[in-house]
Amino acid sequence: MEHIPILRMGSFLLITVQVDMHDRLALQLQDDLTERIVQHGSHGVLIDISALEVVDSFIGRMLGNIASMSRVLDAQTVVVGMRPAVAITLVELGMSLPGIRTALTVERGMEILRGDVENSMQELEAEEPERAADGSSEV
Amino acid sequence: MSTSRIPEILRKHEAALLDDWTREQNQLGDISHRLSEADLRAQSRRFLQLLQEAATRGDAADTDTEAFREVRRFLEEVSASRAALGFSPSETATFVFSFKQPLFNQIRASLPSAEDQLAEIWTATLLLDKLGLYTMETYQKTRESIIARQQEEMLELSTPVVKLWDGVLALPIIGTLDSSRTQTIMENLLEKIVETGSELAIIDITGVPTVDTLTAQHLLKTVTAARLMGAECIISGIRPQIAQTIVHLGVELGDIITKASLADAFRIAMQRTGHVVVRKAATSRL
Repeated sequence: MEHIPILRMGSFLLITVQVDMHDRLALQLQDDLTERIVQHGSHGVLIDISALEVVDSFIGRMLGNIASMSRVLDAQTVVVGMRPAVAITLVELGMSLPGIRTALTVERGMEILRGDVENSMQELEAEEPERAADGSSEV
Repeated sequence: MSTSRIPEILRKHEAALLDDWTREQNQLGDISHRLSEADLRAQSRRFLQLLQEAATRGDAADTDTEAFREVRRFLEEVSASRAALGFSPSETATFVFSFKQPLFNQIRASLPSAEDQLAEIWTATLLLDKLGLYTMETYQKTRESIIARQQEEMLELSTPVVKLWDGVLALPIIGTLDSSRTQTIMENLLEKIVETGSELAIIDITGVPTVDTLTAQHLLKTVTAARLMGAECIISGIRPQIAQTIVHLGVELGDIITKASLADAFRIAMQRTGHVVVRKAATSRL
C-alpha cells in the first residue's frame, strides 16, 4: 500500500506531497498523520503541496479535515507552496479553506509554525510555569 | 448556362479588359497611396486569369463550386490584405464591382444580338455580384479577427504586476473588470507571487470605473486564491462612489484589508514587512 511519507522535524511534522493525491492516498494520509501527531506529541504540521498539480473538491476537503483534526490534537497546520492553478481551482470550487494557514515556501511555513509554538509556550508560561518548563525541554 | 460566352470573351479580350479595368479602378478613387499601380495591375491580372479558368471549367453562375475555389481563395487574400491596409469596405468591394463596366462593354462589342447581350450581361452581373459579396464577407471576417486580436492585446497590456518593494507587489487595475479579464489578472498576479516570493499584494482599483456584484466577486476570488497560496492582499484605491456601491450591493468583503489610497496600502505593507520609513530632514533635526 502506498504511503505519503511523514517526516519528523523536532516538534513538527513535515509532509511533502510528491505524487498525485488520489482519494485513498488522502484517507491513508489522514490516518497516518493523526497517529504520528499523537505518537510524537507534535505541535505543528507542515504540508508542502508544491508538486500537486491537480485537485478536486475531495482533496480540498481532505486538506481542511486534516487541519481540523490536527487542531483537535493541538497541532497547527500550515499548507505551503500551493500552485496558482490549484488555488484558482479551489476558489472556483468555493473552497477557501478558512481554518488553514498558508505560506509561500517551506521556509516561511516553518517560521510561522515556530512563531505559533513560541507564542503558545509564552501563554503557557504565563499561566502555569511548571508545565511550560516541561514543554520547552521537549522542544 | 454552360453555353455562356463569358469565358470566351474573357480569354479573347484579356489585355483590353485589363487595361479598361485598371483605368476604371483608378478613376473610381485614388488608392495609390496605399496600393501601388503595379500591385493593383498584378492583382487585377491574376484575378482575370483565375476567373477565366474558373468560368471555363465551371458554371459561370454558380461560384460555390469546386471550379471557383481558386478565385475564392484569391479574393480572400485580396480582401484580407486590403482590410489590413486600412481600405474602407466600399473600396474593397469596388475591386470586384468595378470590373462590371469593362466586361459589359466587351460583351456588348462581341455579341451582335441584343438578346444575347442581355443574357450574358445578366450572367456576368450575377457572377460578379456573388464574388463581390464574397469579398465583403471575407473583409468583414478579417476585420473581426483584427478586433479580436486587439482586444486580446489590450487584455495583456492592461494587467501589469509591478514590484513595489521586496516582497510587495502592486496590481493597478484600469478599466472594467469582466470575467475573462479577471481570469487573466488573477493568473498573472498568482504567477508573479510565486515567481517573486512576495507575501503581500496590493490590488489598486483606482482605474476601475464601476464595481458591481460580479466585479466584487471576482476581486474576492483573487484575494482568496492569493491567501490560499500564502500571500495577503490589500485592496486600495476605493473611490467614495465605489465604497457606497459596495455597501448598497451588500457585498461582504470579510476581513480583507481595504484602503482609500495606494499610499495608505503601501504604508501598511511596509509595516507588515517590518520596514520603517524615516525622513532624512527629521533625523538631522534630532
